[in-house]
Order: sequence, then structure tokens, then C-alpha cells
Amino acid sequence: MSTVSSTHGDELLRVEGLIKHFPVKAGLFRHTVAQVKAVDGIDLAVRDRETLGVVGESGSGKTTLGRTIMRLLEPTAGRILFDGRDITRLSRRELRPVRRDLQIVFQDPYASLNPRMTVREIVAEPLRIHHLYRHGGKRRVEELLLTVGLSPEHANRFPHEFSGGQRQRIGVARALALAPRLIVLDEPVSALDVSIQAQVVNLLDRLQDELGLTYIFIAHDLSVVRHVSDRVAVMYLGKVVEVGTRGQVYETPMHPYTQALLSAVPIESPQHRGKRVRIVLEGDVPSPTDPPSGCRFRTRCWKAQEICAQEEPAPVPRAGGSHPVACHFAEALSPLALRQDVAPSAPGDSAPPTTRV
Amino acid sequence: MPDPILAIRDLTVEFDTEDGVVHAVTDVGFDLHPGEILGVVGESGSGKSVSMLAILGLIPKPPGRIVDGQALFRGEDLLKLPENRLQKIRGEAIAMVFQDPLSSLNPVLTIGEQVSEAIRAHDPDSSAAAAQKRTVDLLALVGVPAAERRYHQYPHEFSGGMRQRAMIAMAIANDPTVLVADEPTTALDVTIQAQLIEVLKAARRETQAAIVLITHDLGLIAELADHVVVMYAGRIVEVGDVFSIFDSPRHPYTAGLLASLARLDAGTEVLEPIPGQPPSLITPPPGCAFHPRCALSRGRVTCRTEVPRLRALGTDGEHRSACHFAEELVALDPNVEPAT
Repeated sequence: MSTVSSTHGDELLRVEGLIKHFPVKAGLFRHTVAQVKAVDGIDLAVRDRETLGVVGESGSGKTTLGRTIMRLLEPTAGRILFDGRDITRLSRRELRPVRRDLQIVFQDPYASLNPRMTVREIVAEPLRIHHLYRHGGKRRVEELLLTVGLSPEHANRFPHEFSGGQRQRIGVARALALAPRLIVLDEPVSALDVSIQAQVVNLLDRLQDELGLTYIFIAHDLSVVRHVSDRVAVMYLGKVVEVGTRGQVYETPMHPYTQALLSAVPIESPQHRGKRVRIVLEGDVPSPTDPPSGCRFRTRCWKAQEICAQEEPAPVPRAGGSHPVACHFAEALSPLALRQDVAPSAPGDSAPPTTRV
Repeated sequence: MPDPILAIRDLTVEFDTEDGVVHAVTDVGFDLHPGEILGVVGESGSGKSVSMLAILGLIPKPPGRIVDGQALFRGEDLLKLPENRLQKIRGEAIAMVFQDPLSSLNPVLTIGEQVSEAIRAHDPDSSAAAAQKRTVDLLALVGVPAAERRYHQYPHEFSGGMRQRAMIAMAIANDPTVLVADEPTTALDVTIQAQLIEVLKAARRETQAAIVLITHDLGLIAELADHVVVMYAGRIVEVGDVFSIFDSPRHPYTAGLLASLARLDAGTEVLEPIPGQPPSLITPPPGCAFHPRCALSRGRVTCRTEVPRLRALGTDGEHRSACHFAEELVALDPNVEPAT
């Protein structure tokens, strides 16, 4: 068990200018012809015992961010500080003690568990690697299975004997084995049916309280992220466009992308039909190998001006708000609010392309 | 209410597997009315896709088997039609859009050729030039930009959202009366999904088709459907208009599903999951398949011995539930004033 040196609210993880590019190779000699700029300059801080939600669509770089923080991918540039210590360039050996504190749960409970290993072997593996299994490892595995809502009798079975929700519990048990302080949860419930998602979300909630865990919760499901997060970072094409408390991001988002994203989600309330306004963005997300100059969202943004192509907006607090927003024309809006009437588009060029839903 | 355009009755579909017979769909029946959007909602394995695939003759036989049932479309039973007749109906009167457009498109034909082919297959008199013009119009209708240029592109040159638009264009090419959309937006990002919802609405305006919207996404159902069929373990557990289903669910599964949702529009503090796991379809629980997970059942004998029939609640007969104790949900419903 690691010693807990920080208290609730202190910074546990800091990411500075983090960049992860993947080379695209082609031709006979496998020359690098381009770079996929999956994560392209990210600053983030995660406080002890909080949940930082990271949302974004496919290609936003959220999964790469999680894996780079974990050092499962080598960062191209930037710094990762865990509990005040720079872990960016630690060797595999030096990283080993850090790995006890830093764990990950993957999206696909079908692919992330070795089908030839029993549940006991899967959950015990981190203990063995860290030479902790010999002394009380067997009991620890049983304790972990109970912690995640499985029973010790499950230990001798194989992953295929379990449902998706149960497999994800096994993945969580494995991540908990070394009593980590921070867990990166990469789409932990998106492969599960709705009725099972809530079971796993509640489990993660309970474990956080009981074990004092810090989470980075990566997901594309904006509703689940709202439920679990204290703070939320919104990613688009390798950048964080907005980061704030759950209330700031969901109730008064200031970045046009966040606003469009939130307004796009269909809500489970037929009685509110016709009372919501949806911003329908045009086009697709551009390729991360050749992102637009300046603001990366400008090609789909209804507010875009010349400056947006020339100057990349810094993630700083903007007029009318107190949380960092990377937009030259940031402005608070409540995309989830119900309207009696759709506000008529103001004369000028900055009205979003809306539809009533 | 006008006569249904499609009436499914007592549909039962099984699959033979190494582990035994999978009871994928059991006693499913519902009506689709002209011009409506019927949402069919359920989790994986609930039978929501298989039931529609079965009536369109799209399940592999074997291992699949239609044990019983009728699917009356314009007075004909689709389940009794020979394959060539069914093929004519598919893609013409009944069109389909699937979740994964890439596997539904031919990679070696251009998008335009494929849509044109769909038009000419069902209207052999149509000239190549006329089919091409109609295709360009259709692609423009579903929001494919620069449709004339993109007519000549191949599926791999289209993004996921654009491919799905092309699929919808192909589906509505022959003015179908029924459009079956099976998880049409599930593989897409939410901002692209929002675009596709508008495309589906446009397609409906254009064709006046009745739409069967099969999805696990309750938000999509709430936004688009007129009526809703809720499926669990191969059976229909609840049917009603969309407002009744969401505001006063009368099956414990529907109620449980709604309570377990993390909602975007409310900071729900605690989610209430449905306990347990979905049942095996090879050895489903006796009686009501939901009883082991049910908050109402609490060990009552009826629930584990008798399969509940789908029965009408109230007087109009529209809202139906397959729960022995559906009335007890009224008492738990915050929208209903307690009788004094």
C-alpha cells in the first residue's frame, strides 16, 4: 500500500504541453509521410480524489491522452507529473513503483481479459508482477472480487463464463489489486447495456468513496460523464477546448463546440419535444493528420472569423466566465435549457444553425 | 385509427446453436400504422432486430427458424411469400437502413452507381441518365454536399456519416411505404447523429413512409417515436404511445430502465440499476423472464410459473403491459394522483 501524501483537493496529476503524434509510414522504405496529431498540446490538472471527465468524439484524442498519461504510449513532448514527480521520461524499471499508483480500466471487457487465464490469475497478475502475491495474495484476490461485487467462487472460472458487466468488474478488480491512487477509466461502461451500465457506474462511485480513488473518466457518453464527474474537459481534434466544473461545462458552456455537442444529445423526455434547440454542426471532424490552422473547430463553427484561422485561441478564462475556454468568441449559453420559443437568429453572422427538437 | 400497414402476429423465431435452441423472439405481435414512427427498444439480445429481420426473410435459415407467426403487409403474409416476391418488396415497398453502412455498401462500385442500381432494379424502364439525375437529387436531399461530384466516389471515400446518408438515399429511392432503420445512428458520433436525425426526418417528409426505428437509445426514441414497443428476452413487455411509455411506464422493466439512466438534463445523484443480468435465451427463466430482476415480483409464485400475456391497461387499449402486477406500478408513479 502506498503512502497517501496528499489530501483531498491537492493536485495529484498534472499534464503540461502534452503531445503524442503517431507517424504515418508509407512506401517501400516506410518513410514517415505524415503525423497523426492525436494529442497536440494539452494542459490538465487532476486533483486528489476527484473525477475528471474527458469527453470528445472519435478522433478527439481522448483515448490517446489516457494511454499517454499511463505511459502506455511514449509522449512525443510535454510533461506528466504524478504527485509532484516528473514521470515523463522514467525508464520501465523506474516506472514500476509508479504503476502501482496508476492503473487503467479498458473499454472492451471482452478484449481486455486474457481468455486463457482464470479470474484468479487475471486479478493476481499485477500482484505477481510486483512480487506481492506470495504473502496473502490468494486472500487479496478473494477480497478484491468481493469488493467489486463478485464472489470468491468466481475465481476459478474463465472470462467467457461471465457477462459483459461482470467482466468489467473483473477488469476493475485487476486495476484495484495494487491499491492505486489514480485510475484511468477508458470508456468503462460504453460496451455495456444500459441496465448494466448503472451497476458499474455505481460500483465505481462506491469504490471512489471507500478507497479514496482519483479517476480520469474518458467517455463519449455525455450523460454518464455528467453523472460521474466533478470537473470535465472537452476535447476536439487533440486539444482541450474547454475545462471546468461539471456545472460550468454542462449548464453554461462557453465553447461553441461544447454547446453543439450538448445540444446534439437526444434526451429521454418526449414531453419536452419542441422545447429544445439543437445546434446542428455542418460537416465532419477534419483529419488529425492535417488539422485546420488556428482554431481547429473553425471549419465547423458558425462564429468563425478571420482571426480563428490565424491565431490559435488559448485555453484561458474568457469574459463572462471563470473557466478556461479556447475560443476567441466564447460566450455562455445554456444548450440544455428548455425554451418556449426558439430565439430568432440575431441579425449578423454569429447565429448558430439551429433546429428545434 | 386507420388500418395498420404492417401487422405482425405471434412471431416466434428460434436459432439452433451448439449450446441449444436460442429462443430469440417469442410471440411477438404489433401493428405499424401509415406514416408513424414506431420505436422498438430493447437491450442486446432482446430480439428487437431479429424480429424485423425475420419478417423480411433476412435471417439465415438454418440455423434460424421461424416457428410461428404472420407478418401481414398489404394483405399478404410476408412469411409465406416466395423469395423472389419478398425480394421485390424489400428495397421497394419496405426499405432498410442498418447500423453499419460500410458492410452494407459494395466497395467496388461508386456510391452513385449503387443508388442508381437500386432505382433501376425496381424500375427497369428508367433510363441510366434519369436514374443518375434522381440519384444526385436524392444524395442532395440527404445532405451529401457536392452530390454530383460525390456520385462518382467510392464508399471508402465517404465518412461514416456520409455513408449512412447514402444508405438512406438508397433506402428512400423507391418511395418505400415502410422504412426499417436498425440502429441507424449508433455507430456515429453525437454531432453526426444529430445531422442524421434531420436526414431521417427529411426522408420521412419526402416519402411519408412509416418508420420502424430499432434502437437501444431511449433518447432517440423519446425524440422521434410516436409509439413504442419495449422488448425483453425475446418478448414484448410493453407497448404504448411514447408519452405513456416514458411518463407512466407500466412494466417494471421499462420503469427500471428509465430509472437506471444517467441523464444529460439532470444532475442525477444516484442511479438505480436493474439488479442481475439479462437471462439466457437458451434456458430463459420460467414464467416471466424478468422476474429474477424484478422489483415488483419479490418471489411471488405467479411470476415464476405463468408467462404474463400482453394485456391492455385502461380503456383505450393502447397502452399494454405484460406484467401480472402492472397495476401496482400506478401506485409508484409520481405522475398519478393517489385516489382518495
